[in-house]
Amino acid sequence: MPTLSLPLRPARPVPFGLLLSLLFLALLALAAIFPGWLAPADPLLADPLNAMQPPSWQHWLGTDPLGRDLLSRVIYGSRYSLFISVSAIALAVSVGTLLGLLAGLVRGAVDEAIGRTLDVISAFPDLLLALMLIAFTGPGTANLIIALGVASVPRFARMVRAQTFLVARSGYVEQARTFGLPWPVLVWRHVLPHATAQVPALATLGLGTAIIGTAGLSFLGMGPQPPTAEWGLMLAEGRNYLRNAWWTGVWPGVAITLTVVAVSTVGRRWQAKFEGKRP
Amino acid sequence: MSSETTPLINVQDVPRRTRASPLLWRIAGRIGGGALVLWAAVTLSFIAIWLAPGDIVSLLVGEQVSTPAIEAAIRAEWGLDRPLWQQYLSYLWRIVHGDFGRSYMLNTDVGALVASQLLPTLKLTAAALLVSVVFAVLAAAATAHRRIGRSVAGGLELLLASTPSFWLGIVLLFIFSFTLRWFPVAGDRNFAALVLPALSLGLAQGAVMAQVLRRGLEDALDQPFSLTLRAWGVPGTTVRLRHALRHAALPAVTLTGWLVGGLLSGAVITEQVFSRPGLGKITVDAVLAKDMPVVLAVAILSALVYVVMSTLVDILSLLIDPRLRTQAEKE
Repeated sequence: MPTLSLPLRPARPVPFGLLLSLLFLALLALAAIFPGWLAPADPLLADPLNAMQPPSWQHWLGTDPLGRDLLSRVIYGSRYSLFISVSAIALAVSVGTLLGLLAGLVRGAVDEAIGRTLDVISAFPDLLLALMLIAFTGPGTANLIIALGVASVPRFARMVRAQTFLVARSGYVEQARTFGLPWPVLVWRHVLPHATAQVPALATLGLGTAIIGTAGLSFLGMGPQPPTAEWGLMLAEGRNYLRNAWWTGVWPGVAITLTVVAVSTVGRRWQAKFEGKRP
Repeated sequence: MSSETTPLINVQDVPRRTRASPLLWRIAGRIGGGALVLWAAVTLSFIAIWLAPGDIVSLLVGEQVSTPAIEAAIRAEWGLDRPLWQQYLSYLWRIVHGDFGRSYMLNTDVGALVASQLLPTLKLTAAALLVSVVFAVLAAAATAHRRIGRSVAGGLELLLASTPSFWLGIVLLFIFSFTLRWFPVAGDRNFAALVLPALSLGLAQGAVMAQVLRRGLEDALDQPFSLTLRAWGVPGTTVRLRHALRHAALPAVTLTGWLVGGLLSGAVITEQVFSRPGLGKITVDAVLAKDMPVVLAVAILSALVYVVMSTLVDILSLLIDPRLRTQAEKE
């Protein structure tokens, strides 16, 4: 890599965007954990007399074809989107770290077998792999989490494998080995922390992808079923009323985009810290 | 392509004569590796059917009413009374010959069904690929190393990359079809019907590619050769488009495999938004009805596209960048 490029990319002094993103994510977490505090109404309460009302003081974001308050539905929806995507990433991180560590430490045939399996999994595009798994298990929230999780395992496994490989050969692990530490302690205390140092940043970036994936698969009807207030599902319902009620197809999408922008901003900032560093 | 391959190999042979061309060996190795991944993908789908919980016949029948006739057809097709290795070999044999079995829901030949829906999806994917490449090249070449330009473009790219393509499709649909009435709302009758789906599918991927391309472009513009060119009085635009872009293309080209995979799966959703015919519709219907032969055929087809594309890309990057070839020789 040419080192000439470094001085020309100055670090921005005030990460205003980062601050804004963190603030938004805090608000979102609040909405996901205590939706009742923020939402003005019950997200499932139908009110046919007030169906398809445009945004007003009564209903800030308008109402849907059943007269349900859209603001409340968007707030309650954060719960499903975040729960599904965070669980999927947690699954991918645990399985990926385990496989990566195994491949990087044992090497040889184990490494080869894990590597080839990951190659095969990545040969299927993420969303199609998830669809394939859902074809076996059927639609639903838990199945959606598993499908999305499996699809992102290779990313984490490859990264942890590469780092484990480097860390296991480094001087301090060599040093620790000469002290005669038993290998579980060696792996747990010296290899794992350094091999997984970048995982949180990568997981944050992966969370953005997972949120979009969750919304996409729910949009196709593979996730939570109606009348659940889930962002992707709400967009699928709203798509049919665009002609008369544009707001039904807009707000959940705004929520998804803002969330992913915030998550990506944080993730990129985090990842930038590791650039050019070697363990 | 082949007319270009020959002189490149000859040029390489000039400085130091090697026994056989390492480039050709590498290309052969990549093709072999691709074939291996594909074979494993087919095997994996066979294993998946066997590992899936429940009775295999009822899994293959799916959601619709199972009649003795259908069950008999499945037993015959999968040879369920024969040993496992025979079933596997005959499965492999049929896939190689393009026979993906019958759809139990639509009761048609899966190969023919997929083939009939392939064209609209390929059209959409190709159009979206064009959108992303054009967007990426324009956004990167126009704003690399330009203070205001790159922060505006960077913001726009972050926004586009964070927007689900199907929601962008809904927004475009509302603005340009329902309000302005410039483009049709649904279907696949003419070129105009392709514009909005291609934009909504291609822009998000184009945004990611633009970021990679800009980075490469800025690195290339910082290298001494760019300064030399500028000192010769070559105009800035020419330096960017003719010289720096070629250096920057490599990391972006390696992304193409990922890009096409993303576009293919994105197409499944985009087709639903715009009510277009294509693989997306039959895939979603098949997944919801657990029509396994159709799902497996689409999955294997997409793996095939991915493997072919990434193999081509690897070969292409060897051709674009001579430095990679000499690296290969040293290894």
